[in-house]
Amino acid sequence: MATGNLALGQEQGESSARPRVVNDFSIIVATVNGSGSQSANSVLLKSIFGMGVPVSGKNLFPSNIAGLPTWFTIRASKDGYVARKRESDVLVALNPETARDDMMQVQAGGAAIYEEHLNLKQYRDDVICYPVPFDKITLDICHEAKLRKLVKNMVYVGAVAQLLGIDLGVVEAGLRKQFAKKQKVFDLNFGAVQAGWDYVKTTLTKQDPYWIEPMNQTKGKIIVDGNAACGMGAVFAGVTVVAWYPITPSTSLIEATTDLLKKFRVTPEGKATFAVVQAEDELAAIGMVLGAGWAGARAMTSTSGPGISLMGEFAGLGYYAEIPGVIFDVQRSGPSTGMPTRTQQADLLSTAFLSHGDTKHVILLPGSVKECFELSYAAFDLAERLQTPVFVLTDLDLGMNNWMSEPFAYPEKPLDRGKVLTAADLEQLGEFARYRDVDGDAIGWRTLPGTKHPKAAYFTRGSGHNDEAGYTERPDEYQDVMDRLARKFETARKLVPAPVTTKNGTSKIGFLAYGSTDFALRESLDQIEKEHGLSVDYMRIRAYPFAHEIHDFVASHERVYVVEQNRDAQMASLLKLDLPAEQVVKLRSILQYNGLPPDARTITDEFATKEGL
Amino acid sequence: MATATANGATGPKLNHIGLPVLEYRGGKSTLCAGCGHNAISERIIEAMWEMGVEPERVMKMSGIGCSSKSPAYFMNRSFSFNGVHGRMPSITTGAVLANHTVTALGVSGDGDTASIGMGQFVHLMRRNLPMIYIIEDNGVYGLTKGQFSATADIGSKLKTGVINELPPIDTCAMAIQLGATFVGRSFSGDKKQLLSMLKAAIAHQGTVMLDVISPCVTFNDHEGSTKSYKFLQENDEPINEIGFVASFDDIEVDYDSGEVYNVEMHDGSQLRLRKLLEDYDPTDKANAVRTLMEAHEKDEILTGVFYIEAQKETFIDQLNLVDEPLATLPESLTRPPKQALESLMANLQ
Repeated sequence: MATGNLALGQEQGESSARPRVVNDFSIIVATVNGSGSQSANSVLLKSIFGMGVPVSGKNLFPSNIAGLPTWFTIRASKDGYVARKRESDVLVALNPETARDDMMQVQAGGAAIYEEHLNLKQYRDDVICYPVPFDKITLDICHEAKLRKLVKNMVYVGAVAQLLGIDLGVVEAGLRKQFAKKQKVFDLNFGAVQAGWDYVKTTLTKQDPYWIEPMNQTKGKIIVDGNAACGMGAVFAGVTVVAWYPITPSTSLIEATTDLLKKFRVTPEGKATFAVVQAEDELAAIGMVLGAGWAGARAMTSTSGPGISLMGEFAGLGYYAEIPGVIFDVQRSGPSTGMPTRTQQADLLSTAFLSHGDTKHVILLPGSVKECFELSYAAFDLAERLQTPVFVLTDLDLGMNNWMSEPFAYPEKPLDRGKVLTAADLEQLGEFARYRDVDGDAIGWRTLPGTKHPKAAYFTRGSGHNDEAGYTERPDEYQDVMDRLARKFETARKLVPAPVTTKNGTSKIGFLAYGSTDFALRESLDQIEKEHGLSVDYMRIRAYPFAHEIHDFVASHERVYVVEQNRDAQMASLLKLDLPAEQVVKLRSILQYNGLPPDARTITDEFATKEGL
Repeated sequence: MATATANGATGPKLNHIGLPVLEYRGGKSTLCAGCGHNAISERIIEAMWEMGVEPERVMKMSGIGCSSKSPAYFMNRSFSFNGVHGRMPSITTGAVLANHTVTALGVSGDGDTASIGMGQFVHLMRRNLPMIYIIEDNGVYGLTKGQFSATADIGSKLKTGVINELPPIDTCAMAIQLGATFVGRSFSGDKKQLLSMLKAAIAHQGTVMLDVISPCVTFNDHEGSTKSYKFLQENDEPINEIGFVASFDDIEVDYDSGEVYNVEMHDGSQLRLRKLLEDYDPTDKANAVRTLMEAHEKDEILTGVFYIEAQKETFIDQLNLVDEPLATLPESLTRPPKQALESLMANLQ
């Protein structure tokens, strides 16, 4: 380790006696939005990953093109915890505007690396300070003024790598991958990394306890964001029509899908086996999805809360006219415009009953990037099997952040295109009734426009209809269709992904959660065990309607905590509608809804308070 | 199935794919007797039959309103989608993307298009999606009992005596400006003009936008209405006389190019527009819009084919889609192979 300027170390000499904290801390990088820090953050994250240390990264960014503060948090966790850590251990302060506040957030005994002239030492004497003249170093190595802002970020990567003991060779390899075909760009960036590294090595003395040391926990793993994973799921489900309207945080899901379609779905003759349309708004986007689904295509759209609200009327049409389609909702903080770049799980109730009348929808709830992939392709099968819109609810945290994962497995099961009659089938049958329950599963058979048979056509409508798709206002005919739709929802209950039981032992206490809350909750359950000696049970919900296992889980526990990211306990409310009255009283909620991804500590503390521990 | 056995003297007349007109009929109309929409349904039946379009290869699309009910009253053998108010364009776009080998015929109204559906209407026009878009335009909301729509002319009077003071939206001028490639206006009472226009529309590749003035006998057919039968009969000014020669009609007709504007359609048909308005060129966009604007100032209702661009790239061409319908592509073409996923996974490590 470097021995250079010892002044700082002498002031805070006592901290050198602290035990080393290895592969178990968080780094917060505070920068200005639009300053190009994203690739530097990514290089740092992947360098830690390259050291074999489990790592996760979160971008906390403003709804802004450039100029507002943004934070990137990296968590290294030897135990594999990937949720947000409430405490900041190592701060990299590059934004003068927020530097003081950022400094105040660092936990006592933590470390701060900052632009020298910010003089952050004045605010905290319990934080180890590493002033670095980033501007001056950058000026020396980069002569092009317009590139300096970008290069400066790489200087911090070098400085942090040196301080934390990250192998420079790993950083270099990561950079080389990032700038694969651009030698000059690589040279400039690696020069910056090297300059930061050298400065810290020759000038500063390590005083903090934080270290990255090589492990073997990331071999064979991938790093990917949930939106890209959903896009992969859609492409491997054979999606053919994609209609969408730009909205944060779902846009990158469509971009990923489009890139993959261009890569894998062009015929040798250069023709596209897909159509991607940027629609005029979300109403048109879902209209196109339903039109395409009706005509037999696998169609999807992706949106976030405001778009879901706009899609309401069409969602009801899809439900009532029984048209397949897949709608991704990458949830952000509501209500209204809310906080577009912050996360939440607050669209659950509005999506479950989206539209007027007695409408209810099938919802899938991936809890990891791997499930983003798996449940996305499952959504297309379910939509066509059940002939109904299927919603896939993720959130900004899962969708836009990078997560470590096992590689995704290829779906070996052939596509399930559902009940479709061909001209040959009709020839044999003589006729068909579109909405008749001939198989006892409450799902009728459909035909696709263009099917060459005189009896193939039927009339699709959102108005009252009978089982032959004819217009009706007759009470009995109308009610028959409504009752069958309710029975179809029971069929869905059996077909949707079953919940995942992490633990179901002898505890009287059970936990229910879904989606990205899983990361923090699993860590919290370990804390509860360690700190309170309680081994509680946990089931993760993956779909609505609720599979019977969820009813059984509630029935077999005395108290069930539902942990979710919204104010109004939406999942608990949905469960209450489904559960018998004597079970409902067992439910209690732990809620985080401030726009930040949940953290384990907050859940653990609230649980302890509620339980009187 | 067709009951006729042969095109003999006793059997019904068959079209060139061997079907009698009966096979193009729909259910009994529940619209008011004398409603212009019923006449339009009749012309659609005739045009589809005369053009020999296979009924199963037609998608009838509509929104909400009296006009949007009408697809139930023609072509029972065709697929039909009666969607939500003002959103027929997006549903049709999706359906055509899924299967561009099927003919899409959309029926909308002035409320369904020019008010609630305006957003979708203008964006549909921009895309030149292959489809026929018919506005059955009566200037009022019928099902809700007679409120003005956005195509009502200034000064037009409701039965209740209310006068419209807001300028009308000219859907034809908009469609021309936005990129539709076949734009015309007709009158439900002009059988000959409407039938020829519909036949040409079927032959066209790209977006056809036809505004068909279709009087509402119950709420807008009185003195003081500018969308009444009487007003139309007195003020309908055709700018051209439409002659259509289908590609399968083996007819050679001489015409004077000074008097007739001849358009070669994409499918080999010929559209012959006999000029009634001096030197009117239906391929001149700016002139077409100007002519419509000037007619408004003179309180004239022009009908005919205002604009045509027979060879323009459609949305399907732009998206470079495969010839087969996307809807029924086999899994081998839509699900990438295992190696594709493996290569993606390798890149993410």
